[in-house]
Amino acid sequence: MAYIANTSDDQAEMLAAMSLTSIDDLFTQIPRDDQFKGTLNIPQAMDQISLGKYMARLAGKNADAESFPCFLGAGIYDHYVPPTVGAILGRSEFYTSYTPYQPEVSQGVLQSIYEFQTLISELFAMDMANASMYDASSGLAEAAIMAADLTKRNKVVAIGGLNPAHHSVLETYLSHLDLEIADVPLRDGVADLDALTTAVDGGVAAVLVQHPNFLGNLEDLTAISGIAHSAGALLVQVADPISLGLLQPPGFYGADIAVGEGQSLGCTMGYGGPLLGLFACKREFMRRLPGRIVGETKDIEGKRAFVMTLRTREQDIRREKATSNICTNVALYALAGTVYLATMGKTGLRKVAELSAQKAHYAASEIGKLAGYSLSNPKASFFKEFAIDTPVDVAKINDALWDSGIVGGYKLADRQMLVAVTETRTREEIDRFVSVLKAVGN
Amino acid sequence: MSTQIGESLLFELSRPGRCGVELPESDVPIVDLGILMPSADFREDLPLPEVAEPAVIRHYTHLSQRNYSIDSGFYPLGSCTMKYNPKINEEAARIQGFARLHPLIEDKHAQGALQVLFEMQQMLAEIGGMDSCSLQPAAGAHGELLGLMLIKAYHADNGNGEIKDTILVPDAAHGTNPASAARCGYKTIAVKSNARGRVDLDHLKSLVNERVAGIMLTNPNTLGLFEDHIDEIAALVHGVGGLLYCDGANMNALVGRARPGDMGFDVMHYNLHKTFSTPHGGGGPGSGPVAVKKHLAPYLPSPMVVQGDDGTYSLDHDRPKSVGKLATYWGSFMAILRAYVYIRYYGSNKLAQIAENAVLNANYIRVSLQNTLDVAYNELCMHECIFSARKQQRAHGTKAYDIAKRLMDYGYHPPTIYFPLIVPEALMIEPTETENRETLDAFVEAMQSILREAEESPELLTSAPTTTPVRRLDEATAARQPCLRWSCDVDIDEPAGAAA
Repeated sequence: MAYIANTSDDQAEMLAAMSLTSIDDLFTQIPRDDQFKGTLNIPQAMDQISLGKYMARLAGKNADAESFPCFLGAGIYDHYVPPTVGAILGRSEFYTSYTPYQPEVSQGVLQSIYEFQTLISELFAMDMANASMYDASSGLAEAAIMAADLTKRNKVVAIGGLNPAHHSVLETYLSHLDLEIADVPLRDGVADLDALTTAVDGGVAAVLVQHPNFLGNLEDLTAISGIAHSAGALLVQVADPISLGLLQPPGFYGADIAVGEGQSLGCTMGYGGPLLGLFACKREFMRRLPGRIVGETKDIEGKRAFVMTLRTREQDIRREKATSNICTNVALYALAGTVYLATMGKTGLRKVAELSAQKAHYAASEIGKLAGYSLSNPKASFFKEFAIDTPVDVAKINDALWDSGIVGGYKLADRQMLVAVTETRTREEIDRFVSVLKAVGN
Repeated sequence: MSTQIGESLLFELSRPGRCGVELPESDVPIVDLGILMPSADFREDLPLPEVAEPAVIRHYTHLSQRNYSIDSGFYPLGSCTMKYNPKINEEAARIQGFARLHPLIEDKHAQGALQVLFEMQQMLAEIGGMDSCSLQPAAGAHGELLGLMLIKAYHADNGNGEIKDTILVPDAAHGTNPASAARCGYKTIAVKSNARGRVDLDHLKSLVNERVAGIMLTNPNTLGLFEDHIDEIAALVHGVGGLLYCDGANMNALVGRARPGDMGFDVMHYNLHKTFSTPHGGGGPGSGPVAVKKHLAPYLPSPMVVQGDDGTYSLDHDRPKSVGKLATYWGSFMAILRAYVYIRYYGSNKLAQIAENAVLNANYIRVSLQNTLDVAYNELCMHECIFSARKQQRAHGTKAYDIAKRLMDYGYHPPTIYFPLIVPEALMIEPTETENRETLDAFVEAMQSILREAEESPELLTSAPTTTPVRRLDEATAARQPCLRWSCDVDIDEPAGAAA
């Protein structure tokens, strides 16, 4: 076996050293009836050559964004990943290391997490960030639970522009904790502020808002923040980190907790997982934050060093009284985000955001010229994604796009499509996309 | 590992005007963004560092050299199953057809990925002796949360939702178990361990009543011992209508040799980043699939991957009794993919060799070290063995902590220490099947040498490590005056342990 060195001779000698004669002797503490004696109903072993070819064949049945220009977004985006990310993530000193519980031999991971926390804090303009959550969904759910805990209130208001997948996960988490969700609808593609004002009363722990929202539109965060805070509720904002290269960050609006899906920060789309949950908050909530946190300290010789800290919040110490049950997070993807932001820097991230916005608006404008097509929410401002009403079924349009080698948008309704345009799309691809829409719309 | 003094922070490398990426100029007509996005509030300051590519690479390469990893050495970390991560798994994960696949693409354009997911659902159910499996949980603790939600949904569906409000958790369990139960709205009661390091059956009997929704058991348990009264435990808990949850953290002891489903467990989770070799990544990502018996299958999260009569795969969202969604999409696909390659490599005919060699290696260490260091429960162990350094602590003042730190000077990652909580001065060693005998022998020699040092010059232990990039840290100040980001403006003087 390639990954197991022990030969039968090794095994025999090792068994002899413990006065045993067979491998079966090692398993005698398992009651006979509880031992598995049959053959597992799974395929037989494969050699590495066959296995490599087989996996390549399976991969060939998938339409990857390398081969097919992708206008699909809805929470996961085909942004450019600079080559530095792959180079650093491929270093096995990082990817084959364990959680840095032993700081003396884990400074690499610890410092990278500290840098990640700093970068996310700066990007979100929040006081602090943790070392990551599983994804934005679990981050949003944890934020809602944390808000309920902090305010001693048991209801959260969810604005209709939340990613529906995030909303579903939120429901799953909250349903087991007697926490209620009140939904506020959108009007013209953004939060209905009148409905929000009515919904937010003294029993509301937090207002949950996504900006830009699921339809790509910009919310009136100043107004929403005011409505939340005047009722003593916290503001929890879900932010697209790429948008923060251009738009005011959650901290600007007084968000108490900010979460985000960090996939766009150098992480592969990877069929939707793992993802990178971003989680930041105000400093006064420091000791109620879920998940791991790294802090700076010194060693006994006075050298700067980093260590996991505020550990009394965590499950391995606090058990059932922990702030969350999270243990393993997505450290390697946080490293991807760190290297991505380090590489992009101040000017790179702004340019990514500007290019995405320019190209998305070009696409929207071209589509708007087509007979039968129109923007679903013409009054709303959007960032890199927008909804269109279509003259024929989205399924039909996407089939036609596929025939031209293009992955089409997300189907919001039978005749409504959400189109995402990132900096990786070229004018030629956008024009081709638009020409297919024109042809199929006639 | 690099021990060069100090390592700059990324932010200290920043100089105005530098950038690590070359992006294209816009190929569409540029329009003023204020016109395009009239309601937008534009950001003026973007306080990110400015660093060119060579310095980015050199910086993170240096950091990587200040880090221990499985590719650089032995990681005998009990309960964590730090086995070798095969490179063919990584090769598969780099293929664009997997890495750059959008999760919301139509099923017909993701047949390869869906096949991987479908077959993993089946293979993980089979390996656990279960009937169905959800791949959604992102980690072990996430899997625990799902497992408990399934238990809760089952009881509610059977009209027992109100009465069944308690989960039993052994005192030796991972901290995630009670934390996950709390997150699911359950009360937890700790079950004591007996003198044999197993669940105390008498104590369990005194706790089992109609309020018990289930018990969370790790088997083999965190002492590396098989719960050999599992059949009686199952009968007791099932007798009051409770269900058995298996924390699969220690599945590396069992794969191919025993199946939780055959021992009476109703639901279990796997840690693919333990048993099935996906990289730990410095703390994640993980993947924590949950496998269940038939009676819990209706409650599994939506969607599941199904295969149609024509052989094609699709995501089935029509699951009326489902507990809902646990993850944004379908689970940690890229981790599941690596684990898939790993299971296909071993196959039905070789999978048991994992457990066999893991258990062999653990017992080899136990026997080789038993005359040097006390074994907490000295009998045949499974995949890991727990030693106690209490004697050394009393005789020489050298704690398990000091032994652990001294091991770093010998070039090893320390074992897990002070867990499980019920063993004083615990050192928990899990060698895994991927270490060869020479490595185990060398590790045993290092331990013997350290324990001689404990007698002769204990200060070598209490001042260790001395050869690492940094030495022992001031962890108390880090917690009392937290500095959690570079600018250090989060600098609050609060008494330690003020967490609510």
